[in-house]
Amino acid sequence: MQNKKWILSAAVTVLFAVGVAVSVPPGFVVKAADQSAPSAVKIDNFSFGPANLTIAAGTTVTWTNNDDVPHTVVSDDKLFKSKALDTDDKFSYTFTKPGTYNYFCSVHPKMTAQIVVQ
Amino acid sequence: MSDYIKENLNRDGIDRRGFLKCMAWAGTGALCVLQGGVLKSFALSDVMRQKVGNLKGDLSFVQISDSHIGFDKAANGDVLATLREAIAKVNALPTAPSFVLHTGDLTHLSKPAEFDTLAESLKSLKTDEIFYVPGEHDVLNDNGEMFRERFGRNAMGDGWYSFDKNGAHFIGLVNVMNLKAGGLGNLGLDQLAWLQKDVANLKSSTPIVVFAHIPLWSVYPQWGWGTDDSEQALSYLKRFSSITVLNGHIHQTMQKVEGNITFHTACSTAFPQPQPGQSDSPGPMKVPDDRLRQVLGITDVNFVRGKHSLAIVDSTLA
Repeated sequence: MQNKKWILSAAVTVLFAVGVAVSVPPGFVVKAADQSAPSAVKIDNFSFGPANLTIAAGTTVTWTNNDDVPHTVVSDDKLFKSKALDTDDKFSYTFTKPGTYNYFCSVHPKMTAQIVVQ
Repeated sequence: MSDYIKENLNRDGIDRRGFLKCMAWAGTGALCVLQGGVLKSFALSDVMRQKVGNLKGDLSFVQISDSHIGFDKAANGDVLATLREAIAKVNALPTAPSFVLHTGDLTHLSKPAEFDTLAESLKSLKTDEIFYVPGEHDVLNDNGEMFRERFGRNAMGDGWYSFDKNGAHFIGLVNVMNLKAGGLGNLGLDQLAWLQKDVANLKSSTPIVVFAHIPLWSVYPQWGWGTDDSEQALSYLKRFSSITVLNGHIHQTMQKVEGNITFHTACSTAFPQPQPGQSDSPGPMKVPDDRLRQVLGITDVNFVRGKHSLAIVDSTLA
């Protein structure tokens, strides 16, 4: 009798476990980060936020200026350079190659930041 | 109110303590004049009422700065109106300035229409000439080409030049171009080489006035308020007996006397900025509407031939 009970509860446990394994809520799918999802950098109070951003290769980064003064987004290595961005203006750049990209505002050069592309 | 400062502690006749005391009064509208080695100060209101005589220097000029035509945010919705008030203030001075210096940020976004409006407005200035140096807001998109074309005045390189008036030598410098990441204002090797040559043959007794947008002394590096290579420039000038450095950019008056160099920054005619470290960032600062005109202003400068220092007077719009 005890053996049967034991087997029964074990079987239930196994079934339960299997049941849990397969009853994954719909939509819950684990996959690699979407390479086309854009990333945002806000320019606020004379600083880039986030100051350090890590993204996957192929990501487009969009900068938006929220300050009352114009700023620019200029790569230290001259790889990209926005025109002067007035309040609410945006600039976008797609990073295709892995690496570390330092950039700054050429109008207020103390404003520096970095994008790390993986 | 008049006050004679009699302590004369230095061999060169300049009473440092008295001079500094005088400069501290300047913000409230005092006029300090060095006459015969003695510093005298007079209330500006007395000057205006012509109560004091013998104050006409050989040369007088005005500095205005940071008009930011095109700016229209919270700190000042009408920068053209406050510019016009500044012009009216200049035109009401007891001695009309021989010329006016604009120390940069004429415009907010380097747009042609903004330059047009600025040029048009300044036509009402009662003066013979206007000299300009660019601010970083004037050279946003074209490396300063448009600025030099319109306001360049026989300028060289990125827009530097010099001229003489009544025995004094004026030098316009550009420190807002080719700025490096993490850096401050920058003069660059070409400009420094030119400067060295420009002053090489002048007598050391020639009064020197340097004007540039970003301060040539280290006001607050964290906010970019300084110039990386200004030490080199000042080294070419230190043999002169009187050097005055006039800057803008920080939108508030600040002064420092270092030996024979007087550094001075002017108010903006458009909007104020916070004092060093008093805010997150150096951007436009909103003040109550009835206070705005108390933090905007002009600078009047008088120079008496043969005297050491220029008399520098800041006055606000209200």
